[in-house]
Amino acid sequence: MTVTKTHRPALALRGVGKRFGSNQVLHNIDLEVQSSEVVCLIGPSGSGKSTLLRSMAFLEEYDDGEVFIEGQLLGWEPGLPRKRTSRAHLNKVRSTIGMVFQQFNLWPHMSVLGNVTEALIRVRRIASGEARQRGLAMLEKVGLAHKADAYPAQLSGGQQQRVAIARALAMEPHIMLFDEPTSALDPELVGEVLHVMKQLAADGMTMVVVTHEMGFAAQVADTVVFLDQGQIVARGSPQKLFHMTQHPRLQQFLQNYLDRNAFWQDMKEEATA
Amino acid sequence: MFDWPTLVESLPLLAKSLLVTLESSLAGLGIGFVIGVLVCSLRLSLHPLWRRLGGAYIFVFRGIPLLVQLLFIYYFLPRIGLPNVSPLAAAITGLSLAAGAYIAEILRGGFLAIPEGQLEAAHMLGLSPLDVLVRIQVPQAVRLTLPALINEMILLIKASSLISVVGLAELTRTAQNIAASNYLFLQTYLVLALFYCLINIPLACAGGLLERRLKRRLA
Repeated sequence: MTVTKTHRPALALRGVGKRFGSNQVLHNIDLEVQSSEVVCLIGPSGSGKSTLLRSMAFLEEYDDGEVFIEGQLLGWEPGLPRKRTSRAHLNKVRSTIGMVFQQFNLWPHMSVLGNVTEALIRVRRIASGEARQRGLAMLEKVGLAHKADAYPAQLSGGQQQRVAIARALAMEPHIMLFDEPTSALDPELVGEVLHVMKQLAADGMTMVVVTHEMGFAAQVADTVVFLDQGQIVARGSPQKLFHMTQHPRLQQFLQNYLDRNAFWQDMKEEATA
Repeated sequence: MFDWPTLVESLPLLAKSLLVTLESSLAGLGIGFVIGVLVCSLRLSLHPLWRRLGGAYIFVFRGIPLLVQLLFIYYFLPRIGLPNVSPLAAAITGLSLAAGAYIAEILRGGFLAIPEGQLEAAHMLGLSPLDVLVRIQVPQAVRLTLPALINEMILLIKASSLISVVGLAELTRTAQNIAASNYLFLQTYLVLALFYCLINIPLACAGGLLERRLKRRLA
């Protein structure tokens, strides 16, 4: 898959703010994601990273600022006071975004293939034979073509998440948003999902990923963004960000991961001693 | 105890009236289901006005006895300028409106049990609200509430004995007529009861079978 580079960012946030009641969960967020860029959002729980990602899809109605998807304003009519755009327009702007959720959100009453082809048939109006072909091709891509006729409940969590990725990819999005895609999985199943995501990044997909997988962020991300209390505290290449010392909050956050994995190093040393 | 020749003689009449019972209760169920889905979506709408409208519907059609509703539709509506309705149309209207109110409340529980994320996924893929309702919500709500829906189906078939009030010779009214002419009340009503059981037992079995099949898939 080739993606043409343009000057216009694939996704741009300008001064985005979000409140739940009197609780300000996002403050004045500016962020640009270029075509084919992979951005990982990291941060402690409650830092607003999921809310930020959901604002990029208008699953949360952001209160302040603007979100542009390939240059088009998302969700609101231009100008104040704020007025929601028509559903048709929202769908049009959103049609270039694919979303993957923490809880997979497959439809349990439909087969795996049915999940993937549903929107192709209902939204894109593609004939069912052709939709089937496309659906199988997408399932092939995530290594699950042999499960086409199974039902979601018969699959492991990792397999379900791969189906959810295939379902989003079938609509040929330009941008993929991942909301903690491996957080609901058993540790053993995380790898297969990350593998598919790495493949996707290598194919040049524009991706924004909320994740706790620091290894994935370090290996795959072009940019890592660290959020704390609804603000972007630090951003940069993984090399730069993971070695930043001037941000105490970021240091503390990363130290947690180091501490958690420290036992591994200790045990290795003990074994060799 | 049984007068077999008279009993056998009454069977064709009862069988014929059975069709009236089946016809009106199945039509009532089908139309009532559509009404139920719509009223249920009103009840769960984000818009307070729609919610109130759905609530009002249920208040009226669940609150007033079916018998009274039927009388109202058949005798009163023509008085306020609406065209005369045939007894069958009045019966189906009454059964549909009442069934709609009960089915709406049954389905509501099923709708609420569907995780919000499934609907978000559908919206992200661009499915229209109608597609989401028909393809995602209704099939799952029906599976989740199947026992209650089968219960409602059986209740409705039994409630259809009330439609004789608008002049339809359905099962119960026909049995009354037969008993009035042959004076064999006990025997005729026993046969009548048997008829209702014969409709409802297969219904309950089919429902149970369906339930087990769907459960195996979703488990």
